[in-house]
Amino acid sequence: MSSVDTRLACKPSDYKSDVVPVWCPGCGDYHVLLSFTRAFAALGLPREQIAVISGIGCSSRIPAYTNCYGFHGVHGRSLALGAGLKVTRPDLTVVVASGDGDGYSIGGNHFLHACRRNIDMTYVVMDNRVYGMTKGQPSPTTEPDFDTALTPGGTGLSPFHPLVIALASGANFVARAFSGSPNETADILADAIRHPGFSFVEILSPCVTFRPDEREWKSMVHPAPVAETNDPARAARRLMTDDGFNIGVLYRGERKPYRPPFGHPSIDIAELEKEFEL
Amino acid sequence: MSTAPDAHGISSVAELLTIAYRIEADAVERYTMLAEQMQQHNNTELVKVFRDLARAEGIHAEEIRRQAGTIDVVERALQSPWKKGESPEEADLGDAHYLMTPWHALQMALAGEERALDYFQSIVDTASDPKIKEMAEEFVEEEAEHVNLVHRLLRKYPAPPASWSEDSDPPNQA
Repeated sequence: MSSVDTRLACKPSDYKSDVVPVWCPGCGDYHVLLSFTRAFAALGLPREQIAVISGIGCSSRIPAYTNCYGFHGVHGRSLALGAGLKVTRPDLTVVVASGDGDGYSIGGNHFLHACRRNIDMTYVVMDNRVYGMTKGQPSPTTEPDFDTALTPGGTGLSPFHPLVIALASGANFVARAFSGSPNETADILADAIRHPGFSFVEILSPCVTFRPDEREWKSMVHPAPVAETNDPARAARRLMTDDGFNIGVLYRGERKPYRPPFGHPSIDIAELEKEFEL
Repeated sequence: MSTAPDAHGISSVAELLTIAYRIEADAVERYTMLAEQMQQHNNTELVKVFRDLARAEGIHAEEIRRQAGTIDVVERALQSPWKKGESPEEADLGDAHYLMTPWHALQMALAGEERALDYFQSIVDTASDPKIKEMAEEFVEEEAEHVNLVHRLLRKYPAPPASWSEDSDPPNQA
């Protein structure tokens, strides 16, 4: 996280842009937006010190709704954009937002290597276990018995387990939150942003249009029954038996974040342009 | 998962006033968001209902600000986020639906007012400081009035038929 000047601190609403979200009423992403703004305010981050980067999908619209620097990028490539930004501008607080399709399918390989590289940024995946923007196709986290006109009889495929993958790939902070508890989610996000290295936060964020059954999540989530650990082996055992609804910080590692060896080079634009002269 | 904040850690009247202000301000934020959602989805009847609810909560917030006098509850509320749980009067955005009716909106409001009532009642029941207890009792009376007001409004808007969410051209074809 960049250094914080609390004299410039804003209130949560200052981090919300004037663009009115177009998510479906009832969508969990509205709550996630509230959590983002509350976390930024709690950390006292100046707006110009934050960059919210995203890919494609419903959740990836969030940079437009925050009043910080933002980039609505290419499908599945939000982590590549975020990593590039962070290594060139380590003074910025970089928060990358994605969904389960964008982040785990199209951007699955970037996810693995972002965990491995352990660059100091926060990756937030709003997981609704469906491709909402394209009208209800199964995503990597969809249950095998998701039986719809698009998937008659269900997919029959084992879902992807993002927290296990994140841990095994080297993420330095692994947590799960629920969108319906925005204050608690804001606390987890603030914790993730503060923690050095690559922090991964999966937010269960219901899609009420294509997965109306997910309205029940609010009665299914529960606090993680065990305290967080810094031991990857213990965290792995817990995550492998996880029911998917444990909420809280599940792993807080101590790996040193990656920083490029050259620091923050000063580049003369004229020199750079010479390389591209024909 | 959503739980009300801890009612037992209040140590001063200023803190109680700040919390009361925060509850109303949070409700304004939620109802405004719901009005915006309904605007985006062309449910114009609900836009008015949620705007009216936001306006009513804003008036309550302003009353508390005046009552607080020299205590700057606005600034204090900004500096003191909920320690645990969610603001009791906040509507659950997850309960929204693009075809919801004024009855549904008022049910959301009623649930929020009842949670706020329970919250202040729990302070009355547990506070040892007589000044805090007395002020919490005032807020209980206030919230009870709000509950009655929503009940009166609900008489104008009976429950919709069971088919209220049926859409001849639904977004979900699956």
